[in-house]
Amino acid sequence: MNTNGRYGIHGGQYIPETLMNAVMELDAAYRKFKDDPDFNRELTDLFNNYAGRPSRLYYAEHVTKDLGGAQIFLKREDLNHTGAHKINNVLGQMLLAKHMGKTRVIAETGAGQHGVATATVAAMMGMECEVFMGREDCERQALNVYRMRLLGAKVHPVDTGTATLKDAVSATFREWTTRIADTHYVLGSVMGPAPFPEIVRDFQAVISKEIKQQLHDLCGKLPDAVIACVGGGSNAIGSFYNFINDPSVRLIGCEAAGRGIDTNETAATISTGKLGIFHGMKSYFCQDEYGQIAPVYSISAGLDYPGIGPEHAYLHDIGRAEYVAITDDEAVEAFEYLSRTEGIIPAIESAHAVSYAMKIAPKMSKDQIIVITISGRGDKDVAAIARYKGENLYE
Amino acid sequence: MNSIREAFQNGKAFIPFITCGDPTLETTKKLAIAMEEAGADIIELGIPFSDPTAEGPVIQDANIRALSNHITTDDIFAMVADLRKEVKVPLVFMTYANVVFSYGTEKFASECKRIGICGLILADVPFEEKKEFSSVCDKYGVDLISMIAPTSNDRIAVIAREAKGFLYCVSSLGVTGIRTDITTDVGAMISNAKKNTDIPCAIGFGISTPEQATEMASKSDGIIVGSAIVKICAKYGENCVPYVAEFVKTMKKAIS
Repeated sequence: MNTNGRYGIHGGQYIPETLMNAVMELDAAYRKFKDDPDFNRELTDLFNNYAGRPSRLYYAEHVTKDLGGAQIFLKREDLNHTGAHKINNVLGQMLLAKHMGKTRVIAETGAGQHGVATATVAAMMGMECEVFMGREDCERQALNVYRMRLLGAKVHPVDTGTATLKDAVSATFREWTTRIADTHYVLGSVMGPAPFPEIVRDFQAVISKEIKQQLHDLCGKLPDAVIACVGGGSNAIGSFYNFINDPSVRLIGCEAAGRGIDTNETAATISTGKLGIFHGMKSYFCQDEYGQIAPVYSISAGLDYPGIGPEHAYLHDIGRAEYVAITDDEAVEAFEYLSRTEGIIPAIESAHAVSYAMKIAPKMSKDQIIVITISGRGDKDVAAIARYKGENLYE
Repeated sequence: MNSIREAFQNGKAFIPFITCGDPTLETTKKLAIAMEEAGADIIELGIPFSDPTAEGPVIQDANIRALSNHITTDDIFAMVADLRKEVKVPLVFMTYANVVFSYGTEKFASECKRIGICGLILADVPFEEKKEFSSVCDKYGVDLISMIAPTSNDRIAVIAREAKGFLYCVSSLGVTGIRTDITTDVGAMISNAKKNTDIPCAIGFGISTPEQATEMASKSDGIIVGSAIVKICAKYGENCVPYVAEFVKTMKKAIS
C-alpha cells in the first residue's frame, strides 16, 4: 500500500491477516481508477441519471423566518434515488467492484438505508447481494428488510452482541474472510481499515462539491456553517470535505446522545468515547476501562454505532470540526419541526443536524448562512416516531 | 518455565486454546493444569473481547460467557500469576488490539513479563500494524506472534522473516471454528514460510479430530486447537476439566 491510511494518529489497517490482500487489492484498484476519465464519466452518468444528482440545495424560507437568524439551506440528499446519501458511495464502490471483476457484494446496514442502496445497485448491475443487519434493527426497520428482499438481496439478521450496527459490521467482516475472491465488501461509512475511509469520503465528497457550487450560484459566497449528523460519519465528511480548507466555514457534526451523554444509553463517541482500535481502525470508541466496546443506544438506527470514522477523529483533534451531541428528544422535536414548518420529513438521523441548527441559527445574523445536510428522508422513521410519541402504530 | 522453542523440541507440539473465565477463572486454572498433564506443549489463553471479529460462533459465545461474569484483564493477570507457579509449559495470550491498547501496551507487556506470559497473539494486528505492539513486546521479552493465511501469498516471506516465537498458520479462509474439511494447501504455505524463517510453524483454525490432527501435524511443527475444546467447555461448564483433558490426550497421541 502506498499511503498508510492515517489521519493524524487515527486510521490504519487493524484486520486479520486473511483480509490483508483483499484490502490491498481494493487499494490498488482504487489508485488505478480514481482519476481514470472513463471510470469517472461512468460514475457521473450513474450519479446524474440513476441517482438523480445533483441533489437540490433548497432555501428553507419558512424555517429561516421562524428561527429569525441565519439563512437556512437544506442539502437534499433525501431526494436521491433510494432516499439517502448512501447511494453515492454504493454507486462508486460497486462500479469499482465491477471493474475489479467481483460478482458478489456484501454489506452491513443499520437503519437499512445502506443495505437498500446496495441491494438496489446490485439489482441494477446484476450482482449477487447479501446484507447483514442486526436483529433489533430488522425489527425497527422491517419495511427496509422487505425492500431489500424485493430487490433480490438476501438479508441475514445478526443476533450476536447488541444485535445492532456494530454487530452487523463484525458479521460482514467475518463473512468477507470466508469468501474473498469474487466478493467485495461495500462498507457503508467512512470507517473500517484503509482504504475504506478514503474511498467512501471521496465518493461522498460530491455533496460538498455541489453545495459549494450551488451556494456560489445562489448567493455568491461560502456558507458560515455546514451541519451534518455523524454515526460513522459518511454524509458529514461528504458535506465537510470541500470546505476543510476554507477556515471561515464552521463544520459541525451532530452525534446521537440517545437519552443523554451522562447516561449509558448514548452513542455520542466524541463526547463519551476514548481512543481505541476496532473494526480495522484507530479512532474514538465508546468502551469501558478494559477496552470492551460499549453497547450504545440511539433512537436512530443509523447513528447507533460505538465509533466514528478516523478522519472525523482527526478533524476533532486539530479543532477543524466541532462535534456536538443531540438527544433523542431533541432529534424527535426537530423531526416534527421540519415536517410541519417546511413540509420536509427528514430521516431521524438528519433530524439530529436540524436540531443543532435550531439552536444556533437564532443567535446568528440574517446575512449568515447555515447549510444542513438532510442525509435521508424520514418515511422509514414515521412509525417509530409515532411509537416514541406514545401512539400504537406498527407498519 | 520453558521457552516456546523448547516446547517444539519434544516432537510435534500440541497447543490448546481456552478462553479465560469461561465459565470461571478457577475453571481456566484447573483446565490449564490438566491440559499440561495431558500433553499440551504450549497453552493459548484467550482474553475475552466484546467483539471478537476473527472468531466463529463457538469462541464468540465463550467470550460472551466470560464477559457476562465481569472478568477483567486484571483478574486474568492475577489468575495467570497464580497458575504460573503450577505449570511449566509456555503460556501465550490471544486477544484483540483494543484489549492491549486500552490497558496501555507498555503496562500490558510489562505485566506479561511479570506473570510469565511469553507470547501474544493479536488477531486484528497484521504485519503492517505490528510495530506499535512488537516494539513494546520486544522490550519485555514477549514474542508478538505473527500469522499467515491462505490468502497471504507473497506476503508470507515478509511476515515469516520477522516472525517470533512460532508462526501461526491459518489453515483456511474464514473465522475460527470446526471444519469437516481443510482444503487449503497448507503444506505449500509452510514450505514457503520455512524458506524464510527457522522458527516453528503451527497450524490452527478448523482442526477438531485426531485424523485432522495427524494430517496437519505431518505438514508442520505443531497444531493449535480452539473451538473443539471450547465446545467441550460450553457443554460441561465447570465440570469440563476431565473431558477436556481426555480430548487433549487423544489429540496429542494422534500427533505423536
